[in-house]
Amino acid sequence: MTEALRQFNERRRHVLGGMGDRWRALPRWQRWLTLLAGVAFLYYLPFLGDIPGTNLIIPGLDWFRTDSIDGGANWAGVLFVCALYVLVAIGLNVVIGLAGLLDLGYVGFYAVGAYSVALFGSAESPVVGALQEQFGFSQDWAIAWAICIPIALAFSLVAGVLLGWPTLRLRGDYLAIVTLGFGEIIRIVAKNSGWAGEAQGVPGIPGPEGPPSPDNKVFGLLDIKPWYWLALSVVLVMVLLVRRLEHSRVGRSWLAIREDEDAAAVMGVYPFKFKLWAFAIGAALGGFSGLLFASRSAFIQPETFNVQLSILFVAMVVVGGSGNMAGVAVGAFLLAYLPERFRDFSEYRVLAFGLALVLIMLLRPQGLLPSRRRTRELQDRAKEAPANVA
Amino acid sequence: MRGRGFPRPRNGAKGEKPVNFDALFGDLAQHTVDGLSKGAIYALVALGYTLVYGVLRLINFAHSEIFMVGTFAILGTWSLLGVADNPPIGMAIVYLLIGLVVGALASGATALTVERVAYRRLRRMNAPPLIFLITAIGLSLVLVEIFALWMAGFFSGRGFTENRLVIGIPPLLKQETVLSVAGADITNVQIIMVVSALVMLYGLDQFINRTRYGRGVRAVAQSPDTAALMGVHQDRVIMLVFVLGGLMAGAAALLWNMRYGITKFDIGFVVGLKAFTAAVLGGIGNLRGALLGGLLLGVIEVYAATLTRSTWEDVAAFVVLVVVLIFRPTGLLGESLGKARA
Repeated sequence: MTEALRQFNERRRHVLGGMGDRWRALPRWQRWLTLLAGVAFLYYLPFLGDIPGTNLIIPGLDWFRTDSIDGGANWAGVLFVCALYVLVAIGLNVVIGLAGLLDLGYVGFYAVGAYSVALFGSAESPVVGALQEQFGFSQDWAIAWAICIPIALAFSLVAGVLLGWPTLRLRGDYLAIVTLGFGEIIRIVAKNSGWAGEAQGVPGIPGPEGPPSPDNKVFGLLDIKPWYWLALSVVLVMVLLVRRLEHSRVGRSWLAIREDEDAAAVMGVYPFKFKLWAFAIGAALGGFSGLLFASRSAFIQPETFNVQLSILFVAMVVVGGSGNMAGVAVGAFLLAYLPERFRDFSEYRVLAFGLALVLIMLLRPQGLLPSRRRTRELQDRAKEAPANVA
Repeated sequence: MRGRGFPRPRNGAKGEKPVNFDALFGDLAQHTVDGLSKGAIYALVALGYTLVYGVLRLINFAHSEIFMVGTFAILGTWSLLGVADNPPIGMAIVYLLIGLVVGALASGATALTVERVAYRRLRRMNAPPLIFLITAIGLSLVLVEIFALWMAGFFSGRGFTENRLVIGIPPLLKQETVLSVAGADITNVQIIMVVSALVMLYGLDQFINRTRYGRGVRAVAQSPDTAALMGVHQDRVIMLVFVLGGLMAGAAALLWNMRYGITKFDIGFVVGLKAFTAAVLGGIGNLRGALLGGLLLGVIEVYAATLTRSTWEDVAAFVVLVVVLIFRPTGLLGESLGKARA
């Protein structure tokens, strides 16, 4: 590295490193005001470039919208997917970033959440069909959407515990392959089981207003803005909850386990219990995201939940900066948004994705927006690197 | 599509027909032979995972693409030589040997590239394993896409053009039954597959345990720092390990081409996943474990496919893996590349 480049990097590191401190030094009301403005902007995003209620436009902002290009995707739809992925990333961050467990089968929990609402909420699902027959309900009977939420959360939580119970005693690399297998098993089971709709999937999945129909006023099939706002609200609530958790006794235990499991155990932190907690909480968040996805799509198929999606989820967390919630949210947003915005290059998007992963990890292994603790851990490791006899 | 009138949902998981035991036990010997020959490919690819894991303690996620490159390189060479279907036996053997050399070289070179591009810088930083995994995934996506966009078309003789289709490979050996044991018909290709997997493993085992280079590999696997102090060149050993893994993957690619006669830009993924499962099953880092795991996995898969009309094939492989890991967390034979006897 040349001297000038090194100096530039130093200065950049100085400025960026100081950002967090400066932010924390601001008076409380200023921080709140900034956060409120940020949240308001997030809610405004579907209108980006327009001023709602008028015909005025703000020039320039239009460029960021995905529907500004030929054949571009619905902008609110893309935002909705971004919000879903942010929710997934926050959940997976608990598992990977905080507890340090490598989960390559996270899509399994996403699928469990999606299938829970599909199988219990849709009047056309085999499970509901069997219940109707058993209890003599009418053909339109199904479990209400609001009740499906706790069902989906419970199922994905249980899936997390069931997967974690036997496997969390394994070392990191084994855990990776076992979770990868779990994700595949969920998909194959859904594909081959009559009660899960087999390869055709399950149609007629309800939303907050009931089963999908053209009469739905708010959560319809065409206007996706309300769905985005719903998902965004869920994300914000979950950010608050996970933040509280992160700074609680549980969160500190996770960090301790991630940094040194044996030392943590000596200090009285029971690693297995807290790892299982991380797994279950991460699974529930993934399940919630899956539920929103299924409700919005109104129709799901097993092939949606493939390994590639799992890998994308892990990439979101690691590229964004594992351990830092803002970082993983940015990572999730970028990996969902960029391919849609630059659809013109869609032929090369997987290639670009792969190249980006390699480059980002080589040049900035801590991720784009890392947590400070994580950065220091990496610096520590670098010092401990074995002397290379070159 | 409506769920109405769905017959007894409790038995839904199995559908109308129960598990088909007759199909399995009626022809057990045949299925075992099929499984073993399928497992031979898994075993050879698994050796690559196991070697790298034994020395570096990391999953080389890009190894599946190293195998894929091998299949294409062999295909390209054969079409360059103008191989016709079922040539005379002498020519077939020459072509097969050329294929072995080319496949091994291509896969070995790819393995070296992977090490150089994705891992070396991170090794210097002593980065956590997760980072290695992500760069490996990224690089494997890049390799897959390079083949899908340009190289697959090139090797199949259509020039640098997108080719995401299955590409046929001219059969060199007619697959015919040469032996019948206990009701099982064994084809010539199946014999070649199992025998060459055993020979390759024996050679590798001898190389690791008997030669000076092998001693270096074992030393680095045991303790990289101490090995460095004793004058073992770490980087060279690591490069050697990647090349050895690549050679095995190249041989596996040749067997794959002979047996299945097709290739595609994304075949690496499934084979790699199975091979890695096989390596873990046998005990990752253990050469003999990779062979045992590979053959076992092949047999389990064929059995499961026969029992359930191939719908639950992949589930069976993973369920067996999870069960084995619960009771023997280090795999069937344990991890032992570092031990005196691999």
